[in-house]
Amino acid sequence: MPGPMGKNNGAPAQKPKNFKKTTKKLIKNYLSKYKFAIFVVIIFAIGSTIFNIVGPKILGNATTEIFNGIVGKLSGGTGIDFGKVASILFTLLGFYIVSAIFSLIQGFTMTSVAQKLTYKIRNDIAAKLNKLPMKYFDKKTNGEVLSIITNDIDTLSQNLNQSITEIITAVCTIIGIIIMMLSISVTMTIISFVILPISAIIVKIIVGKSQKYFQRQQEYLGHVNGQVEEIYGGHTIVKAFNGEEAAIENFTKANNELYKSGWKSQFLSGLMHPLMNFIGNVGYVAVSVVGGYLAIQGKITVGNIQSFIQYNKRFTQPITQVAQVSGMLQAMVAAAERVFEFLEEEEEVKDPETSIDTSTIKGNVEFKDVEFGYDEDKIIINDFNAKVKEGQKIAIVGPTGAGKTTMVKLLMRFYDVNSGAILVDGHNIKDFKRADLRKMFGMVLQDTWLFGGTVKDNIRYGRPDATDTEVIEAAKAAHVHHFIKTLPNGYNSVLNEESSNVSAGQKQLLTIARVILANPKILILDEATSSIDTRTEIQIQSAMDNLMKGRTSFIIAHRLSTIKNADLILVMDHGDIVEQGTHEELLAKQGFYADLYNSQFDVEEAG
Amino acid sequence: MISIISIMLPRASVSARRINEVLETEASIKDKEETKKFVEDKKGYVEFKNVSFRYPDADTEILEDIDFTAKPGETTAIIGSTGSGKSTVVNLIPRFYDVTGGELLIDGVNVKDVPQKELRKRIGFVPQKGVLFSGTIESNIKYGDASMSDEQMKKAAEIAQATDFIERKEKQFKSEIAQGGNNVSGGQKQRLSIARALAIDPEIIVFDDSFSALDFKTDSKLREELAKQTKGKTIIIVAQRISTILNADQIIVLNEGKMVGKGTHEELLKNCEEYREIAESQLSKEELEGGAN
Ligand SMILES: Nc1ncnc2c1ncn2[C@@H]1O[C@H](COP(=O)(O)OP(=O)(O)OP(=O)(O)O)[C@@H](O)[C@H]1O
Ligand SMILES: Nc1ncnc2c1ncn2[C@@H]1O[C@H](COP(=O)(O)OP(=O)(O)OP(=O)(O)O)[C@@H](O)[C@H]1O
Ligand SMILES: [Mg+2]
Ligand SMILES: [Mg+2]
Repeated sequence: MPGPMGKNNGAPAQKPKNFKKTTKKLIKNYLSKYKFAIFVVIIFAIGSTIFNIVGPKILGNATTEIFNGIVGKLSGGTGIDFGKVASILFTLLGFYIVSAIFSLIQGFTMTSVAQKLTYKIRNDIAAKLNKLPMKYFDKKTNGEVLSIITNDIDTLSQNLNQSITEIITAVCTIIGIIIMMLSISVTMTIISFVILPISAIIVKIIVGKSQKYFQRQQEYLGHVNGQVEEIYGGHTIVKAFNGEEAAIENFTKANNELYKSGWKSQFLSGLMHPLMNFIGNVGYVAVSVVGGYLAIQGKITVGNIQSFIQYNKRFTQPITQVAQVSGMLQAMVAAAERVFEFLEEEEEVKDPETSIDTSTIKGNVEFKDVEFGYDEDKIIINDFNAKVKEGQKIAIVGPTGAGKTTMVKLLMRFYDVNSGAILVDGHNIKDFKRADLRKMFGMVLQDTWLFGGTVKDNIRYGRPDATDTEVIEAAKAAHVHHFIKTLPNGYNSVLNEESSNVSAGQKQLLTIARVILANPKILILDEATSSIDTRTEIQIQSAMDNLMKGRTSFIIAHRLSTIKNADLILVMDHGDIVEQGTHEELLAKQGFYADLYNSQFDVEEAG
Repeated sequence: MISIISIMLPRASVSARRINEVLETEASIKDKEETKKFVEDKKGYVEFKNVSFRYPDADTEILEDIDFTAKPGETTAIIGSTGSGKSTVVNLIPRFYDVTGGELLIDGVNVKDVPQKELRKRIGFVPQKGVLFSGTIESNIKYGDASMSDEQMKKAAEIAQATDFIERKEKQFKSEIAQGGNNVSGGQKQRLSIARALAIDPEIIVFDDSFSALDFKTDSKLREELAKQTKGKTIIIVAQRISTILNADQIIVLNEGKMVGKGTHEELLKNCEEYREIAESQLSKEELEGGAN
């Protein structure tokens, strides 16, 4: 179905797909809360316009008074009645003041409605972000999500603020002016209407064209942003592989399009005013000529001609306005549509109403026939079964891509199993509130994650109420204390957002300090020491052992030396457990594990 | 009109100031007006001559007196504890930063004297943290040269031991990669960034701890293949595992930014305390001896 404009040039969703539905949603979900405020806006906008519109008519009366006075004086009469003129002018001043005040109230109310509304939408989006399943982020780039939060909301707020005000004012003005013009002279009104169809055609052409370019502009704005973001994040690779030129070329291409569409849309909208002015002026001449003729015939007063001409001049403006506002409305609804689409994305399964008390959880974990795939139809974990008793140290090993990290993500409920269940102390993990569940686990992930902030805040992340001494204790246990001390500001040194100002191993040590401090019930270490040198690793081993004592822990490591003493080793390959047992048992088996373990000594023969 | 301008003008001027700030930031690494040519018969040489380095704004030297030469056809390994400066050393090679003391020569010329583009064409760099761009597996491997043939791409993937998992994917080389490579496993990400570096067929290949997310089996297969396919190239490997560097022609041992050892595995075992400690932390006595012969 082509949209209401009847055109479908294949441009991606910049034009609202469903104008009516989205508008309804916008009104029902958001605008309706501000019913009263919007009512106020409408009333005051109408009021302001009315007071403004009668102005020229009153001014015309003053002119007539003066004209009559002069004519009277010339013919020996009393001359100008200054008292009357003054009183007329004061009325006029009063009208304008009232109009200004009304307009002020109206503007104030509308701005606060628009701001409150976008504030609420932003909050909704933030809340939504936390409820989206990880799946969503696998498919969307950060740039796309960011574009909704910034560009679209910005468009929404700005256009909402302007278009509602303008459309009310414009419509009132048009109606008001027509009434006033008719009240002055029907003949002249008809003449000035002749130019209407011409204006209408011009407006339609220009708006249609500029709208197209405006949409393209938004689209390329998104591309440009996305490119910048990604290149910024991977700038060492861009440099190392001489990707600058390709990156700049791509950027220039997108930027060129942005420039062209921006230029055209701006030029076209800029064209509107002079064109409309010109047509207005043509009409103005026609009206003046006819007006003069009528005045000579005495069918109309001089003041009325003056008022009429003023009205006529103002007439074209609201028409242009309506045209522009309709463009703005389109852009606004398109933005709203994307926002709503985002807000309506499928959420992860809701947390259960009643929560399970986690304070008594001991840490028995059971995987029961777990089946999972990132895509429903591409199963990665086929049938995972394992029983872990409280306090056990479990190692998960296997070649890369076997699904080790995937198991951790399932345990933490970043993703939900397709079928089967994961139980903690007999409770399905789906019966816990996510926050409670994740608080039970402490983890060091394969992708170390530190945020832009001080070292102290980063360590404290899992337990915000920890004292400074506790933070230092944890850092000492993780053997980063010494390093932190050498930083210019010690614990208050700031890590940059990508934490590229510390080494990879130091990053891992900091995340280890973080779990040590958090003191969780169940521990997950996914390649937690892969970038740490082996001597430091041995040094922090005692801290790790301490941490794991009496605590269920899951360890994933390629360096098999770190997991030799695990109570149970689960050997995974292609998403299945192919062997399980202790280090000795598995070695004796001479199977997959033994092979994996011995491979580190094969090298010498090979090389 | 005036009222609109009075709102727009301050806005525009704030924006203009911020844009200017970015534009006026001088690029700290620039090509010289007059650049030199690489020396042909020194092809593949990476020479650190008493190099020292400090990060911009830092007040202590991160590297001091680094002095070694990596030669074509040889493997030079760098080992050392966390934060000892290994990544910093290799980051100097493609000139991400300029040395603050001493000289770094590649192919016989100071890296400051050659165009950065020419320099980086010669270097295949695998960073410590796998960085992939959104796109496909193909676009990522071909990143260094979009016009390379499919054969070359496949060969690079083959050496990097990535073929196996790529072929198991439905769309193979056309499989999508999410931003940052979030939809592949840690080890797969690493292998793809290795393939990307190999694909441009560089004369110098730098691996910054690029095997850490691989299991030993894949690791050893990869290095075996690498040794076969990259004969005559200069290989520089930063590693934590002794087993990875056991057979290197030359091992540089770093500690707190200083070189505390240089030699082969056997030599260092004998005369470098630091190295022996690292080795002992990983291998049992028997394994050590078993590996040494
Ligand atoms: N977000 C995702 N979307 C689709 N596929 C994914 C996603 N994350 C991982 N995979 C795929 O699932 C499989 C298992 O990945 P996983 O990260 O669990 O491996 P792993 O055992 O942790 O490997 P490694 O030792 O390399 O870290 C891999 O083939 C990987 O490509
Ligand atoms: N951009 C930077 N600014 C200031 N200091 C830095 C910066 N990058 C690294 N450092 C510091 O320089 C030192 C050496 O870091 P480098 O990354 O070279 O270590 P590394 O030997 O590679 O360690 P790892 O084995 O953990 O990767 C560290 O102490 C680190 O904190
Ligand atoms: Mg993993
Ligand atoms: Mg490093």
